[in-house]
Amino acid sequence: MSRSQSGLLVSVNTEADPINKTDVVSEEKLTLEVFRYHPEKDSEPYFQTYEVPFREDWVVLDALNWLKDNEDGTLTYRWSCCMGVCGSCGMMVNGTPKLTCAAFLRDYHPEPIRVEPLENFPVERDLVVDMDSFMEKLQSIKPWILRKDSEEKPLSEGEYKQSPAELATYKQFSMCINCMLCYAACPVAGLEPEFVGPAAIALGMRYNLDSRDQGYEERQEIIASHEAIWQCTFVGECTTVCPKNVDPAGAIQQAKVASTIDWYKSWLMPWGQK
Amino acid sequence: MSKPYLRPIPFTWWNKNNAYRIFMLREISSVFVALFVLELLCFVLVASKSPENFDKYVEALKSPGWIVFHVVVLGFSLLHSITWFNLTPKVLVVRKGEEKLPDALIAGAHYLAWIVVSIVIWMII
Repeated sequence: MSRSQSGLLVSVNTEADPINKTDVVSEEKLTLEVFRYHPEKDSEPYFQTYEVPFREDWVVLDALNWLKDNEDGTLTYRWSCCMGVCGSCGMMVNGTPKLTCAAFLRDYHPEPIRVEPLENFPVERDLVVDMDSFMEKLQSIKPWILRKDSEEKPLSEGEYKQSPAELATYKQFSMCINCMLCYAACPVAGLEPEFVGPAAIALGMRYNLDSRDQGYEERQEIIASHEAIWQCTFVGECTTVCPKNVDPAGAIQQAKVASTIDWYKSWLMPWGQK
Repeated sequence: MSKPYLRPIPFTWWNKNNAYRIFMLREISSVFVALFVLELLCFVLVASKSPENFDKYVEALKSPGWIVFHVVVLGFSLLHSITWFNLTPKVLVVRKGEEKLPDALIAGAHYLAWIVVSIVIWMII
């Protein structure tokens, strides 16, 4: 194992052996077609077909781990928690973005399963994508609480309190685990690489709706720009594939409404602008 | 130094799954709605000039070509309205304390308004 720049575990060797051959008692097999690309020797990617044991309780990630431990140690992919929290094992499973730790083999068996890296991202190696552009977009939205220095109260006055109703306004958008499935499902993210994208905008909305935050205007420079909400054509697949029910499509449309109201206000009440 | 591989996006990306296909149909439906609006404007301009013009226009609309056009426009208009009304709960979030109003209520209010407005227009005509 090695740790990538983003801090996620990347399987690149065969040292770990959590699932070994002797564990597998079932004779039933399942075909896995895996996207392969090793930049040092391949000019084009290709699919490699493997037979893996079929187990009722195995997910696609288990099958990949079995392959790496028993058949092909060069297979490269990201994973970490194996429980739908870290967001690092997102891949295309039969053309649909999925967390492979939550995609059960039994839902596909006996048909073959095709595993590919997340779409709309450059491929670094096998199933590992380059996530630099996502990290830059995420950072541009300033996904943290922004406060005006002049209005910051001293620590001695205690915390900024929030009612359950205030928490409820943004809680759904705060569940994002940055798995990037929404970018892989969004055709706009593929066709328009500068599109800020669903997860980043949803996280922007998460902080804009937080009663403790004062960074709305600062974030609007990005959120209300052509590269953000106005690129979205409301396909809605980002929400469909989200494993945490964040509803990025809803966040983007709500941001459009807020930005439109801002625009009308700036025309009707120019004295209200800063 | 590694060279990340950029997968090309095929021209037929919109045919990849049902969600994309329905999205494209919803987008295309606006073209048919716009065509109908143009036709309605022409009708108002031409038919308002004289009762004879009105009769001629109505007679022309009975031709098979126009009937097919209107059936297609009706289909796309329904698709346009239904798909957008179904999406309204994502845009219009109304909260009451910690709870937000159910999606069915938001979409249902739009359907109800649609029916009421349609009945009113039908009664006026």
